[in-house]
Amino acid sequence: MSGWELFFEAAIKAVAVFALVLVTVIILVWFERKVVADMQNRLGPMRAGPWGILQTIADGVKLIFKEPVVPRKVEYALYMVAPIAALVPAILIFMVIPIGEPFTLGDRVINLAGADLNIGLLYILAMSSVAVYAVVLAGWASGSKYPLLGSVRASAQMISYEAAMGLALVPVVMFTGTTSMSKIVDAQAGDFLGFLGVWNIILIPSFIIFFISGVAETNRAPFDLVEAENEIVGGYHTEYSGFRFALFFLAEYANIFNISAITVTLFLGGWHGPNFGAPDWIAWALPIFWFMAKSFMLVFVFVWIRASLPRMRYDQLMAFGWKKLIPVSLLWIVLSSVAIAVRRLGLPWT
Amino acid sequence: MGWFADMLGPFRGFAVTLRQMTRPRLTTSYPKEKRVKPQRFHGRHVLNRYPDGMEKCIGCELCAGVCPARCIYVRGADNPPDNPVSPGERYGFIYEINMLRCIFCAMCVEACPTEAITMTHLFEMSTTTRDDAIYTRDELLVEMDGTPRHPDPPNRLFDFDELKLGSGWMRATAPGGRAAFEGVVAWTPSATQGELPAERGQSAASGAEDPDPDSRSSSPQGGEELPTDPPDRSSSPDGEELPTDPPGSVDPDSTRSSSTPQGGEELPSDPKDRHEP
Repeated sequence: MSGWELFFEAAIKAVAVFALVLVTVIILVWFERKVVADMQNRLGPMRAGPWGILQTIADGVKLIFKEPVVPRKVEYALYMVAPIAALVPAILIFMVIPIGEPFTLGDRVINLAGADLNIGLLYILAMSSVAVYAVVLAGWASGSKYPLLGSVRASAQMISYEAAMGLALVPVVMFTGTTSMSKIVDAQAGDFLGFLGVWNIILIPSFIIFFISGVAETNRAPFDLVEAENEIVGGYHTEYSGFRFALFFLAEYANIFNISAITVTLFLGGWHGPNFGAPDWIAWALPIFWFMAKSFMLVFVFVWIRASLPRMRYDQLMAFGWKKLIPVSLLWIVLSSVAIAVRRLGLPWT
Repeated sequence: MGWFADMLGPFRGFAVTLRQMTRPRLTTSYPKEKRVKPQRFHGRHVLNRYPDGMEKCIGCELCAGVCPARCIYVRGADNPPDNPVSPGERYGFIYEINMLRCIFCAMCVEACPTEAITMTHLFEMSTTTRDDAIYTRDELLVEMDGTPRHPDPPNRLFDFDELKLGSGWMRATAPGGRAAFEGVVAWTPSATQGELPAERGQSAASGAEDPDPDSRSSSPQGGEELPTDPPDRSSSPDGEELPTDPPGSVDPDSTRSSSTPQGGEELPSDPKDRHEP
């Protein structure tokens, strides 16, 4: 295993992850608009391409050619850095998610993840904390009151839900005994009732808490008071236009997919899925298909939530995070550690 | 179990949104598909002609007088004796409507004594200059075959067939538009468009929801659309016996030879005149 091989593998993976994130976001934006339109008896985008599937590309082209207006009072350097700081963590998080079965090329096993870190979960939590910086910087550097309010809201919200999110992950780590994403997926291998996967579904409280915190973490409805239009215009990206705004937009949707993909990896068996005895030339793609299908199922839930629920009030949001989610997840940690202890050591009175 | 139902309460909204996904879409992809407009849609005006091509406008300026937006400018002129433009003494020499001021109230249609000005289904009137929004006599006059002139060149986005539909305007103001004449073919809307189906009145299904425009414009008898049983005809308000056979359309030649523009009302033998209240 020479250094060059490692370099090329890493380079190809980085490019592939970047491309995958971008393509997924393009499909995701269109998907969301279509699903929300369906739920509101509308058609959604219909003009660009068949069923408007090129709508996102058209929007992107439009944003690139728009004039990037820079307000006079911005803190220039930070103002410029913030959109990049928003997108980079989103892509970096996706780097550690295994999207398919590892395959062997020559004498090397290649993981279908950007990097198979043994501290994958911690890395994800760290990166999602870094994403808060982008929001804070954007709001502060804009030199305007609404972005500042939005960013203060966003940072408070993201930090408090980060706590619930981290606590929800603890039982997963306790059950699987690892923080590496690919090992967590491996721990969920096997069949149940013939075709159902042995997923971490048994950790369903963790799953629910994690997903709710994920929705809050990505500032999506019903937790989207970061960009509550009727109060604070667009939130932290009010003063951004053109492609700099598009980067924020891109980061938001990439984060939606990230949360879905992480949830799939941790709780829904990752790329595991039935292969129905398919021939080899299909079988190699099936894990990727299952991963994508499960992820988009969760993305659908994201959109479904957005179409169904109204926006929460700020005190409700904070109370829900601190008074409900965190105590419940702490309780669930205690319960699951008792369960693990009983499984390992037997009941205390025996 | 009450607490459980309470807990599920917020989640009922999810079922609602999911159920909506199976419902039909309400959107009309506008330039591609167009809705059938109501019969009396308040669209752009037209100046009508008699079936022989004579203009109906007599230049009386009543439309300009009644217009609440003051958007109509009319000047009448005497008809040239050797080549008359309208059957009357005078005709609309200048006729301009400023569509930027028009509020589409159709008071002009109400005021017009000769049904010269009516409204159409046309509503796509965007222009790039204000001057273009002032429609002159040439643009407002229908073609010799009764079709309204469209200001734009033929384009696949425009539904020119729609112009051939008889609008409800002529029938609303025509003698045959009375409710007592439900089921009676009584009026030829404009030149060469044949007869509209007989009056259906408000008791039958509205013509605006008719998805097939051909059945309205081209079928001369419209027999299948008639209410099969006309009980309200036999029990008219004044109790008089109504005509059992339709009076038929007005002969174009008789219209021209008669001195008044509305030939139908000039004929005393016409049975529908007996029902003036």
